[in-house]
Amino acid sequence: MSLVAENKSAVTQNLLEQLQKNSSKIAFMPDTEIVSAIRILEDKGIPNNKHEDYKYCNIEAVLRKEFKTVEQSFNELTNADIAPLKIEEAINLVVVNGNYNEALSEKMIVKGLTVKSLNELSSSEKGLLSSQAKSDTDALIALNTAFTGNGLFLQVDKNNIIPMPLHVIYVNSGNSSNVTNTRNFVNIQASAEVTLIESFYNIGTAKVFSNFVSEKFVGENAKLTCYTFQNEGALSYSVNTNQVKISKYSNYTNNTFTLSGELVRNNHNVVLADSNCEAHLNGLFISNGTQSVDNHTLIDHQMPHCESNELYKGIAKDKSVGTFNGKIFVRKDAQKTNAYQSSKNILMSDDATINTKPQLEIYADDVKCSHGTSTGKIDTEALFYLKARGIGDESARKLLLQAFAQELIDKIEIPSLQERVLHLFEKAL
Amino acid sequence: MISIKNLHASIGDKEILRGINLEVKAGEVHAIMGPNGSGKSTLSSVLAGREDYDVTEGEVTFNGKDLLELSAEDRAREGLFLAFQYPVEIPGVSNINFLRTALNEIRAYHGQEEMPAKDFLALVKDKSKLVELDSKLASRSVNEGFSGGEKKRNEIFQMAMLQPKLAILDETDSGLDIDALRIVATGVNKLKSKENATIVITHYQRLLDYIVPDFVHILYKGRIVKSGGKELALELEAKGYDEIKKEFEIAD
Ligand SMILES: Nc1ncnc2c1ncn2[C@@H]1O[C@H](COP(=O)(O)OP(=O)(O)OP(=O)(O)O)[C@@H](O)[C@H]1O
Ligand SMILES: [Mg+2]
Repeated sequence: MSLVAENKSAVTQNLLEQLQKNSSKIAFMPDTEIVSAIRILEDKGIPNNKHEDYKYCNIEAVLRKEFKTVEQSFNELTNADIAPLKIEEAINLVVVNGNYNEALSEKMIVKGLTVKSLNELSSSEKGLLSSQAKSDTDALIALNTAFTGNGLFLQVDKNNIIPMPLHVIYVNSGNSSNVTNTRNFVNIQASAEVTLIESFYNIGTAKVFSNFVSEKFVGENAKLTCYTFQNEGALSYSVNTNQVKISKYSNYTNNTFTLSGELVRNNHNVVLADSNCEAHLNGLFISNGTQSVDNHTLIDHQMPHCESNELYKGIAKDKSVGTFNGKIFVRKDAQKTNAYQSSKNILMSDDATINTKPQLEIYADDVKCSHGTSTGKIDTEALFYLKARGIGDESARKLLLQAFAQELIDKIEIPSLQERVLHLFEKAL
Repeated sequence: MISIKNLHASIGDKEILRGINLEVKAGEVHAIMGPNGSGKSTLSSVLAGREDYDVTEGEVTFNGKDLLELSAEDRAREGLFLAFQYPVEIPGVSNINFLRTALNEIRAYHGQEEMPAKDFLALVKDKSKLVELDSKLASRSVNEGFSGGEKKRNEIFQMAMLQPKLAILDETDSGLDIDALRIVATGVNKLKSKENATIVITHYQRLLDYIVPDFVHILYKGRIVKSGGKELALELEAKGYDEIKKEFEIAD
């Protein structure tokens, strides 16, 4: 026993001790699930840069340096804190430090829509938890499972189209170094449709390690359109995992906008589990200072006649690091798959870094797959052309960077969200 | 208007301009001709402020200012305009937004207020008519997917919008069909006045039939080796560059 323990990561052990000291029992998560999550976490350890999937994103180092002590002293928030984060076109729901806060959320009765905390799940609904996000696939999912907060359960019942977007505001706030494990489950039943915006903020005065896991299930012929809006600020280190499964004839879209956050790691894993469905993943980031933004996507084509599209763009300034790693599996039954992936990046300084790694694993023979990555500096020919017309260096650069980002910003169909993204994007330029 | 004295420019250790002297006064039209690779586009780029070239010797005064001291954008704001031989495609930046930004930055430089949107749109309408530019092109991305001829017309449209003091047209005639050539040339002529000047770079007399030059210069191996009146162009058209090449080979 002691021999094994010595091999275990000290950082992981320390984190476990700190969290166990402060955590209470999680009623909705089966004990066996928690026990096994902790075992897996101890076994795998918090990932560091020796781990293939975390090569450019050393979470262990972040925890060692920034989260040696974790005090879990959280702030209570008021309506005044939340008001500026709301989106007027949407039903705004609030999750504070990992827990669904009903009092701060907007109450609206919408036919076919269920909004409740994970604590309120019926026993059959509890069975859904961990059906998509499995502890043994990633130590951070295990960490989330073992210490998960009382997050949100969203469901749209069969055949219902929710007429307005849902906006979940995930906000962390504390006065000491904290770790939050926010979790949700989004269940879109057959032929249902909804737009979901998920926004991430940290409005506390201290550093936070935010380990978010969202399980999403999209039923047959259903449509889920998601926006991930990340503006957590310089005190925030976050891992954002989406584990999504989509069914026959369904359509899943996610557009992720990363505008701040000292470290942002997005794991976006989509299983196309049945035929004739489509998944669209898009992302835009702009990073500066010593920020690191790491988008990992995994598209798993399991059945025939499905389509996936990925477009990720990034602008890295100063000493920041941007990473795109896109894995596409086309399993042997997934004939007639169309899978496209593109990652385009602009380096704004000599000290900035972009890492890109497309990975295609194709086991079917009748498929169309393409991928492309490009990383370059701002187009000097275009820059000169603009300046030769009297446009100053700074505005010329802005025009070109806006043009670069435009096709992603244009994908936002909710005006005030688009405005918010555009405003922050322009500010970050 | 512009006075170029002994201008030398190189890229890396390759000297391309090797002592250019040229004086252009307000109201004049100058044509620069010369074989491929002689340095015509390099001269226009250096004047417009492209930073790839090192000016190693010489001076350029533009309306009393030391042109070489100014940034590319300030040269444009001072009234220098280059119609590019190869206009650049800029996906995602609309022609309109681009021109509005350019116009207003030039105005700001001269202490003028932004042009009201209504006036701007009226100006766009008016000037696109001048070069018979399809109004749809104005709302598209700058030059993206434009045909060769549309790109050239767009250059002259921009010139009409920005009303420069000195316009350098670098092979604006290449790629234009006969009708387009006439339209563009007419446009240029309409913009001509006693206060501004034009330098046309071309290989063909065709353009000079429309835009009649006061002076014609022959650029060869980075130097102006011969200057004359409009008849020099006709002479070249008849005889080609052989004589010039022979004469100046030795001086190389
Ligand atoms: N960026 C560059 N790098 C290397 N060589 C260059 C560069 N720009 C120009 N040159 C060289 O300088 C010389 C002059 O080129 P320039 O484009 O000025 O010629 P031009 O007179 O405009 O020719 P054309 O009639 O074909 O347009 C050529 O030999 C060209 O290859
Ligand atoms: Mg040329």
